[in-house]
Amino acid sequence: MNIVVLVKQVPDSGAERSLAGDGWSVDRSGGTNVINEMDEYAIEEALRLKDETGAQVTLLTVGPDHAVDSIRKALSMGPDAAVHVSDEAVAGSDALGTAKVIAAALGTLEYDLILSGAESTDGGVQVLPHLLAELLDIAALTGARKVTVEDGGLLVERQTEDGYEVLRASGKAIVSVWDTINTPRYPSLKGIMAAKRKPVTTLTLADLGVDAATVGRSGAATTVLSAEPRPARGAGVKVADNGDGGDQLVAYLTAEKFV
Amino acid sequence: MAEVLVVVDASGGTVRKVTLEMLTMARALGEPSAVVLGAPGTAAPLTAALGEYGAAKVYVAEHDDLDGFLVAPKAEVLAALVAEKSPAAVLLSSGQEGKEIAGRLAVKLGNGLLTDVSALDADGTATQSVFAGSWVVKSKVTTGVPLVTVRPNSLTPEAAPAAAEQVGVEVAVSDKAKKVAVVERVTAQKSARPELTEASVVVSGGRGVGSAENFALVEELADLLGGAVGASRAATDGGFYPHKYQVGQTGSTVSPQLYIALGISGAIQHRAGMQTAKRIVAVNKDDEAPIFDLADFGVVGDLFKVVPQAVEGIKNRR
Ligand SMILES: Cc1cc2nc3c(=O)[nH]c(=O)nc-3n(C[C@H](O)[C@H](O)[C@H](O)COP(=O)(O)OP(=O)(O)OC[C@H]3O[C@@H](n4cnc5c(N)ncnc54)[C@H](O)[C@@H]3O)c2cc1C
Ligand SMILES: Nc1ncnc2c1ncn2[C@@H]1O[C@H](COP(=O)(O)O)[C@@H](O)[C@H]1O
Repeated sequence: MNIVVLVKQVPDSGAERSLAGDGWSVDRSGGTNVINEMDEYAIEEALRLKDETGAQVTLLTVGPDHAVDSIRKALSMGPDAAVHVSDEAVAGSDALGTAKVIAAALGTLEYDLILSGAESTDGGVQVLPHLLAELLDIAALTGARKVTVEDGGLLVERQTEDGYEVLRASGKAIVSVWDTINTPRYPSLKGIMAAKRKPVTTLTLADLGVDAATVGRSGAATTVLSAEPRPARGAGVKVADNGDGGDQLVAYLTAEKFV
Repeated sequence: MAEVLVVVDASGGTVRKVTLEMLTMARALGEPSAVVLGAPGTAAPLTAALGEYGAAKVYVAEHDDLDGFLVAPKAEVLAALVAEKSPAAVLLSSGQEGKEIAGRLAVKLGNGLLTDVSALDADGTATQSVFAGSWVVKSKVTTGVPLVTVRPNSLTPEAAPAAAEQVGVEVAVSDKAKKVAVVERVTAQKSARPELTEASVVVSGGRGVGSAENFALVEELADLLGGAVGASRAATDGGFYPHKYQVGQTGSTVSPQLYIALGISGAIQHRAGMQTAKRIVAVNKDDEAPIFDLADFGVVGDLFKVVPQAVEGIKNRR
């Protein structure tokens, strides 16, 4: 079985982040870029299947040159190889633009199963798997908390607003995973050493035969008019509990008409 | 007046509050028409509420295939309807299903998609929050009919009675759209508490609550205030409370009138899910906890002393 895992490098969600440039894109120039957290769960799920079935695991990322740092880190967990699409013209893509590039890159790879995170912490649009499914005419099973590969098919269990549901598909599929699915492994020292020698193929839009005008800022179907940091909330009242903290809390809730 | 399609989000025969919010929001752009997609019988119990909040028409697309397979059939039917009606915009709820249908429509129609929108101007300018709510962005769709997913609790629904005339929509689902079958759908027992994303009061517990048993205290305060219970990721990871109640970046986004954080430090990923609450109250024994930076009212103290006292105090006022 061939598994492709989609991984994205994102600015660390725990650090200060900003939008920049005339198109208000995510500022990726800072030094705090990391693997999108959810994607580590997708890598782990692929490695679990590799351990079970001997699957070949390839990472695929679309991002600037320095995304390769995150690729090496991800490879140290155990995947076999990586493909990195890097091209200035991709900058400023909306979700659909990114999906077109990823779909074209997948066209150059052999795969039975694509795994991705359920959402990225920078764009956070949660739609990429279904965009790819439309573009590639394959099945999309999203937000998995459990994946079972059975004869000729896949079973996915996922949480819903009302409870949970079980989905089944056969044929090629993309499965996005939630962070409840597993616990990602830490890279071993051996894994880190091995990652340095694993093949990383770098591709441009020209290599993929994608017309640059259809992606990036020029190809986007949406535009950002303005962006600004949200004004900080005004500091409120803080009291120390000297035996009457609960009463003071009730007094506040009463004054605000909540009780 | 231009028609605006609002895709109905409902559960167990009642419309979710976000649907009423979308109907209200849609009126800025034109005349809302509701679209019901589901198994036969889905629309009937919903129509009255849809009319009360301004749906001039209710497009009814009912077929077992819309329920038996994951989102693709719904996207297919909706794409045909959008092509036929050329609405001013299509609004969907920003839950998993709404986003997925919207994403597929964007590919099918080549239209621009904006997710997690909290406000919409008459000229189509949308307001979104990014980076865990720390930035406010205004954006616009430049190609095709705008596809907009609306974040729950973004505005107060306003009634505006309209005809809610039912219009049947023919459903013919292609095999292509039947790739993912729903083999089982398990509905968890509904708690008597309001739904987390809809509640006007949310009381959340974090690592400081310490155990699953101790969450009874969080529940007690929530119940006294008629609120929902939430939890931080440390609390859900620790098994104190089920994952579906997690608030934050990888959990639910809530925007209640009152949010009470008990034993929660206020990490940026938690703030992502609650910082647009109208009033924020925190109880934490660490004077330096970042949650105090956004709290309107904070008590520095042990939650096991402060909360029981508050619970008594509220009971005494009844
Ligand atoms: C990509 C990513 C996504 C994430 N998504 C989410 C998310 O969706 N939601 C989320 O919540 N987190 C999320 N996190 C985790 C987040 O970074 C924090 O780790 C988490 O919010 C911490 O939870 P906590 O505040 O309960 O625990 P802690 O940070 O451990 O804080 C516990 C607090 O309780 C206080 N306390 C302890 N005992 C008492 C007592 N007796 N009385 C009063 N106070 C007490 C302590 O002083 C402390 O401030 C995410 C992290 C990442 C990297
Ligand atoms: N530029 C990218 N390169 C590779 N994978 C991506 C990229 N953007 C998104 N993904 C994948 O799609 C998932 C969902 O992303 P999103 O739709 O942006 O929330 C992520 O968790 C990644 O696995």
